[in-house]
Amino acid sequence: MNRIDQKFESLKKQKKKAFIAFITAGDPSLKVTEELVLAFEESGVDIVELGVPFSDPLADGPTIQAASYRALKNKINIPRIFNLVKRIRKVSDIPICLMTYYNPVFYCGDARFVREAKSAGVDGVIIPDLPPEEAGALIKESKKKDFSTIFFLSPETKKERIKIIEKASTGFVYYVSIAGVTGARKALPKTLKENLKKIKRVVKKPLCVGFGISTGSQAKEISEVSDGVIVGSAIIKQIIKNKGKKNLASSVARFVKGLAKNV
Amino acid sequence: MQRPDLKGNFEEFGGRFVPETLMSLVVDLEKTFNALKKDKGFKKEFAFYLREYAGRPTNLYFACSLSEKLKTLKVYLKREDLLHTGAHKINNTLGQILVARRMGKTRIIAETGAGQHGVATATAAALFGLKCDVYMGEKDIERQALNVFRMKLLGAKVIPVTSGSKTLKDAMNEAIRDWVTNVKNTFYIIGSVAGPHPYPMMVREFQKIIGIEARKQFLAKEKKLPDYLVACVGGGSNALGLFHPFFNDKKVKMIGVEAAGYGLNTDKHSAAILKGKTGVLHGSKSKLLQTKDGQIREVHSIAAGLDYPGVGPEHAYYKKIGRADYVAVDDKQAIKGLKLLCKTEGILPALESSHAIGYLEKLAKKVKRKSSVIVCLSGRGDKDVYELKEIV
Repeated sequence: MNRIDQKFESLKKQKKKAFIAFITAGDPSLKVTEELVLAFEESGVDIVELGVPFSDPLADGPTIQAASYRALKNKINIPRIFNLVKRIRKVSDIPICLMTYYNPVFYCGDARFVREAKSAGVDGVIIPDLPPEEAGALIKESKKKDFSTIFFLSPETKKERIKIIEKASTGFVYYVSIAGVTGARKALPKTLKENLKKIKRVVKKPLCVGFGISTGSQAKEISEVSDGVIVGSAIIKQIIKNKGKKNLASSVARFVKGLAKNV
Repeated sequence: MQRPDLKGNFEEFGGRFVPETLMSLVVDLEKTFNALKKDKGFKKEFAFYLREYAGRPTNLYFACSLSEKLKTLKVYLKREDLLHTGAHKINNTLGQILVARRMGKTRIIAETGAGQHGVATATAAALFGLKCDVYMGEKDIERQALNVFRMKLLGAKVIPVTSGSKTLKDAMNEAIRDWVTNVKNTFYIIGSVAGPHPYPMMVREFQKIIGIEARKQFLAKEKKLPDYLVACVGGGSNALGLFHPFFNDKKVKMIGVEAAGYGLNTDKHSAAILKGKTGVLHGSKSKLLQTKDGQIREVHSIAAGLDYPGVGPEHAYYKKIGRADYVAVDDKQAIKGLKLLCKTEGILPALESSHAIGYLEKLAKKVKRKSSVIVCLSGRGDKDVYELKEIV
């Protein structure tokens, strides 16, 4: 059991749901990312999802695209993100997974990526452009190292694929609330809660919901029918709002705390 | 063995790397396409539109003066430039729009670089009364103003893309984002032998008419097969369309011409096969120009339609098994080729196709005996006239 599994185990015992916060590593700087992760831990965040910047983030909306672009300008790459996690691991055991597109992982090599990620203290990986059918090598290497591979379910997923996706997923299964790209939305689909209830009957692994969630009331509503919620773009907007300020980390953490308490 | 295999792989290339939201759709598309491929009614309908609307078959024209000039080569031009809308792209958009109709989709999206695929898509959408949005990089909108205007006249909306290098790659990113969001009613007409399975196979099947005709025409004229096939390669749809029907004709040598931009030794080129490493972008695994961190590099070609960091997975496969050779022609050689064809034959080729023409002088020096060659003249150069005015 890695940190992610342990976290869901303990949340289950406490009858609690997970609050997962996404930020892009290195936006605005690796130092601030480190401060944010540590501040999040104090603010009710259960798992941190660190975005690896990519030149062509085709599953992301404008907010995360821009964050990715800024991080690339700061010359952020996978080795530097591993070093960041190593530094965090000296003082914190908060579960951390990376969210990356497949090309940087493929270029690094599946085995090497998993080995180095694991030894840096990363617990798992989420890859939006890698369906389980193409992930054989990554899954195999991850199993050896107790490294979580988190795959997606979407409202468009057909029944016969749900089991394939659950089987390939470890840690948790990521449910995409809405057909589309990442980014805050005013309203979530009316059918979301119904869909989640249906899926919960089939999927036994922890099921967390992301894409489009930006307010406390949305987080509350969705956590009632899932095992956790994931918020990204709304947090990145707060980072932008507080850019250059000395107390950036604590201001953003305060916002995150306000969201997390609803879950 | 059949290529691609059932998973859409050409050995280690190809596959289906898409967000989960698109998975069910591309699986459906594959099933629909495989059924239609054998459907007599569909084949008849497609053939009808190619013949009556697009203007097929296109001529296989013996370029007499060009051949005299090159001395060692007997050059035949496959005149895809004479098709309706001015390039081979219409073969594919007519095919895909017929599939879209069968799937009940009401809205069409496309990406475009040079604008030829955008125009061909807008044309097909107008013909069948479907709504059409075309994504185009801002840089390409500037250098292909004429095609932008054409698309608008045809009733399509041209959506400028301002992210990244503002060219074809970024237009494709944005088209995929739209597709993921509007997956229920929208059909994405991809313009090249790229994208997730079944696109590389489907686009090849719609383009292979180029090679089927050329093979028959050449046999009728010369009573033998050609020594060489030459075509430009961006994503590689015109090249694969020409090459594929000759796959088993082992003596026919195939040459794909990539864009060397400012030169292969600079970082300003688009030669993905010659200089790229294996990677994953836009739904498939193929050769990609990328950095040591696996980030996609910004690339360059004077030809907007070749200005792309990747290449279709089947070309990566052809290269690997040695079925085709790949070479590169830089911006200057391409312009030289363009002028050569204008002056010898009175034909203005598109900047993309000019790369194939631009390679002929080199090939002429290379061959040991008089050799015959079919060049795919994939498009006409009218769209490039404004940009050429600045350069030539």
